[in-house]
Amino acid sequence: MTNDKTTQQESQEAICLEMLQDVKDPEIPVISMVEMGMIHKVRVESGVVEVEVLPTFVGCPALDIMKKNISEKLIEVEGISDVQVRFVYDPAWTSDRIALDARDKLKSFGIAPPPLDFKPGDSWDVSCPYCDSVYTQLENLFGPAACRSILYCRHCKNPFEALKPIY
Amino acid sequence: MGDNVRVENVEQAKQNQEYAQALADLLFQLADDDFILAYRGSEWLGLAPHIEEDVAFSSMSQDMMGHAVMHYQMLEDLGLGKADDLAQLREAGAFRNAILVERKNGAGEYNDNPHYDWAYAIVRSYVYGLYKQVRLESLLQSSYAPLALISRKMLTEHRYHLMHWQVWLKQLANSTKEARQKLETGIARVWEDAGELSSLGQNADNIVRFGLIAGEELLRQRWLANTKDIFQKAGLSWPGEPGVPTERGRLGEHTADLGQALATLSEVYRLDPVAKW
Ligand SMILES: [Zn+2]
Repeated sequence: MTNDKTTQQESQEAICLEMLQDVKDPEIPVISMVEMGMIHKVRVESGVVEVEVLPTFVGCPALDIMKKNISEKLIEVEGISDVQVRFVYDPAWTSDRIALDARDKLKSFGIAPPPLDFKPGDSWDVSCPYCDSVYTQLENLFGPAACRSILYCRHCKNPFEALKPIY
Repeated sequence: MGDNVRVENVEQAKQNQEYAQALADLLFQLADDDFILAYRGSEWLGLAPHIEEDVAFSSMSQDMMGHAVMHYQMLEDLGLGKADDLAQLREAGAFRNAILVERKNGAGEYNDNPHYDWAYAIVRSYVYGLYKQVRLESLLQSSYAPLALISRKMLTEHRYHLMHWQVWLKQLANSTKEARQKLETGIARVWEDAGELSSLGQNADNIVRFGLIAGEELLRQRWLANTKDIFQKAGLSWPGEPGVPTERGRLGEHTADLGQALATLSEVYRLDPVAKW
């Protein structure tokens, strides 16, 4: 009996996680919240799914949209009667949580991924997502979203955005 | 609860009334400082020196607003009222922000012939930011675990604000004579109020005794040492000990400027408190 229930829970949790692959970060529409490393936990109990989300930025205006998108997606899962989304700060989201293959997707979208394993005091060298040149300059630390900066490639002469290292 | 407390969650905090009171007093200071300065920042929209700065400034104001909301949320969890109401519906006398953050951006009103002072904006944001940095670093060791956690997250964002203002300070310090003069006037004006930042208000003893944050003197020394270093590197002369304003914002005494800010920012909210802001 107990084992059955656990298996059912597990499969529901797996389905929910699979569904969350379709929920994008509203500010970076090519990347899912799972790939961003923002989904910390998915737990199902008696038809109620609880999702713990790690915000990338405390004041991110997209948090409410994410919550709504997650709820709308998971309520479609068979056997799920309620969705509870909680934002948690332990562990803290860092840019190292972004999935490796998602970093390539970012590049194809024209956004330079953040450096891996960044430490305080490291200099932030950004290579161009279009031509890979390191001959780039920071134009504005703050882009249209707090998590992004605006740079300019002096090699291929393209402006581009980069995700800030959060560490 | 003795001196070496660690409080894991809000339920534990509420078990000791004195602790909960000290925590609430500190949270109001943290929240109100960021909330009011973020409001002043948002008043620069469309008025900053160029479009890129407009984007950057509103982005930073949004971060700070987000930080304030987190602290108001913690106050809500302590049972002190709804977070939105705490931000929008309190009278000026209930605010615990330092006077520095409430001062107007300059002459005129946002909708009526604004002659805002960009040099003052830079110095105020940077000097406050340097204090906030020291405060957040100290909060990493706070006895209140949720506050330590959120402070760590805030630090990751805040360091970019400091980098931004650093660039401006250097630029103005090494620019034309006129720009340099404006910067020095800005520093002098900020310095009249800056000494109040490190005040922890009337419940300071309990706030420190419960290990919520380091003592006023320690915070002040760290902050001044960092600021002195930065001024020196920018080639600016050190203005000496910062002054304190006549009104004590941490005690709920405020200038007419705060009243004006609150009236404006809560105007919409008071009409329809259910709407999302
Ligand atoms: Zn390029």
